[in-house]
Amino acid sequence: MASSRDAILATVRAAKVPQAARPEPFRAGIRYADPLKQFGESLAAVGGKMIVAPDADSARAQLLENPLLVPGKKNCSLLPEIIAPTFSLDDIADPHEVEDVWLAVLPGEFAVAENAAVWFSGRRLKHRVVPFITQHLVLVVPRDQVVNNMHEAYDRLKFGTVEFGVFISGPSKTADIEQSLVIGAHGARSLSVVMLG
Amino acid sequence: MTGHPTRAAEFIALPQRAAWHDQSLWFVRAKRDKAAKAIPEWESLRDAAAAIKAHTVANLADYLEEFERNAKKLGAVVHWARDAAEHNAIVLKILSDHNVKRVVKSKSMLTEECHLNPHLEAAGIEVVDTDLGERIVQLANERPSHIVLPCIHKKKEEIGELFHEHLGTDAGASDPQYLTEAARGHLRDRFLKAGAGLTGVNFAIAETGGFVVCTNEGNADLGVSLPPIHIACMGIEKLIPKAAELGVFLRLLARSATGQAITTYSSHFHGPRAGCELHIVLVDNGRSTVLGQDDFRRSLNCIRCGACMNTCPVYRRSGGHSYNATVPGPIGSILEPARDPAKHASLPHACSLCGSCSDVCPVKINIHEQLLIWRRELVKKGLLPLTKRWAMSIGSAVLQRPWLYQMVGGMGRMALKLLPRFLVYSRLNPWGKQRELPTPPKQSFRDQFKARHGK
Repeated sequence: MASSRDAILATVRAAKVPQAARPEPFRAGIRYADPLKQFGESLAAVGGKMIVAPDADSARAQLLENPLLVPGKKNCSLLPEIIAPTFSLDDIADPHEVEDVWLAVLPGEFAVAENAAVWFSGRRLKHRVVPFITQHLVLVVPRDQVVNNMHEAYDRLKFGTVEFGVFISGPSKTADIEQSLVIGAHGARSLSVVMLG
Repeated sequence: MTGHPTRAAEFIALPQRAAWHDQSLWFVRAKRDKAAKAIPEWESLRDAAAAIKAHTVANLADYLEEFERNAKKLGAVVHWARDAAEHNAIVLKILSDHNVKRVVKSKSMLTEECHLNPHLEAAGIEVVDTDLGERIVQLANERPSHIVLPCIHKKKEEIGELFHEHLGTDAGASDPQYLTEAARGHLRDRFLKAGAGLTGVNFAIAETGGFVVCTNEGNADLGVSLPPIHIACMGIEKLIPKAAELGVFLRLLARSATGQAITTYSSHFHGPRAGCELHIVLVDNGRSTVLGQDDFRRSLNCIRCGACMNTCPVYRRSGGHSYNATVPGPIGSILEPARDPAKHASLPHACSLCGSCSDVCPVKINIHEQLLIWRRELVKKGLLPLTKRWAMSIGSAVLQRPWLYQMVGGMGRMALKLLPRFLVYSRLNPWGKQRELPTPPKQSFRDQFKARHGK
């Protein structure tokens, strides 16, 4: 008996679907006069907060204006110059041990103006559960790294070297109960994006 | 077997509730319109998506092989399942091999289609659906009534009662914020105890061997980032050739589904975490058959956004459960008869052919045209209900004979004028249900025409 793999592939080939050319890459994506401003508006619309900061000190001061982000509880930070970590992720073997992280401060590679998405790659993060399990999340993006739309975003991405990457747009949310928006479903209850530089 | 009309009648027996359901979905449809209009290139995005899908299915076998090769290179284990039974057996074997007793699952219409949960539960494995809406219907022992909004049919008071019973929330509490917080606590515990995480797949990329999963809640990511095993189940039609094409689909998906510009999390998985396992199950379950059908092939374009449900006047007023199907609504009325025409014979008729579904479909499936073709198929298969068959043969006999047509027309005008209400609005005349019939004209069109032209 043929394997299921071979059987499926044989049926698919036998379907004799009319040939259709692969379309040219889509280039007509929306552009904005001020992508940074648009990103801030998109982020506000999904319940996140943009903080523009020239340097780490300014970023820290602005973040601490939010009482929820005050360190002292368990903080995971890959950007100690902004918020100091209270433990080292590299010392932890089992990701279940980070279940009580209060605040995570992580580097985002770039931001997308049209939808407030920030690309976060697992490259420097030992446990990829951190941005999801933390109660509050801060992503820090270089201020000049804002693209207009998702087509420009994928032009920048290369896959295959890092096992995990995610676009994060706003805090975790749900509207499953009578279409009422509730922030903080399973993941972070708040998201601040620091535009640094 | 009861069909859609019978089940829809149960739903509209509570008119206020039916109206509320209609409004809730129209609200989502309106959000979709706003989001689509904010993008000037929206229509060309839809064209691009349809073209990419057409190209992909024309070369699907090659892309499946390319995907498998690249996924294996990244360290994933790739499985192939011809049907639901094989899919379920594969998943159960992976779990049994690792002695997993608890599984957390994020939303996957494919595992619903395969009825995976009962299969695993029969083997003593606890399966927890972690999407809030799916968890609610799971606790209520129901199935999702919508593919994106699984418990859109439920009132918050009912959810409050359900949570009071199962999660110990306060009796009578129905505040969505409070209930969601309770579910968050309850499901955190399940995430931490799970031995494996199951997800669906929104898009798989042939070029890279990776795949993308989209959620708003973050449940897929929590579910697969704690336990050592991730099982991703996907229909073979989920492939796209290149990563760059994700730009087109991610821009369309959430805008079409809920009016969001993108889902909160769009996670890209390329191989297992260090020291962990990633299994990808590629499932056919009838898809390759549809691939060979010129009339229905485009239904494989579907990216499961649910826009056709939100806009459908029949779906909104009859509720998802009236379809008695994994995928309800317009697209479900194409996909489900393809799998089991006898069981779902009433679905292609649950449609006014208004075409609104085709207008909002982000991948440009000609949904209403396919529904019409399905009606013909059902006639050929002898699956038209008796009442419709009679009506059709009488109609055909009358329309073929002008003299009979004239006579019946005259009788009809007379009958509407003379017959008592209880006879006209009887069970024999479904057109008289919930609506007044028009006042019959005094003369037929033929008589009027003759009178005006004087002959």
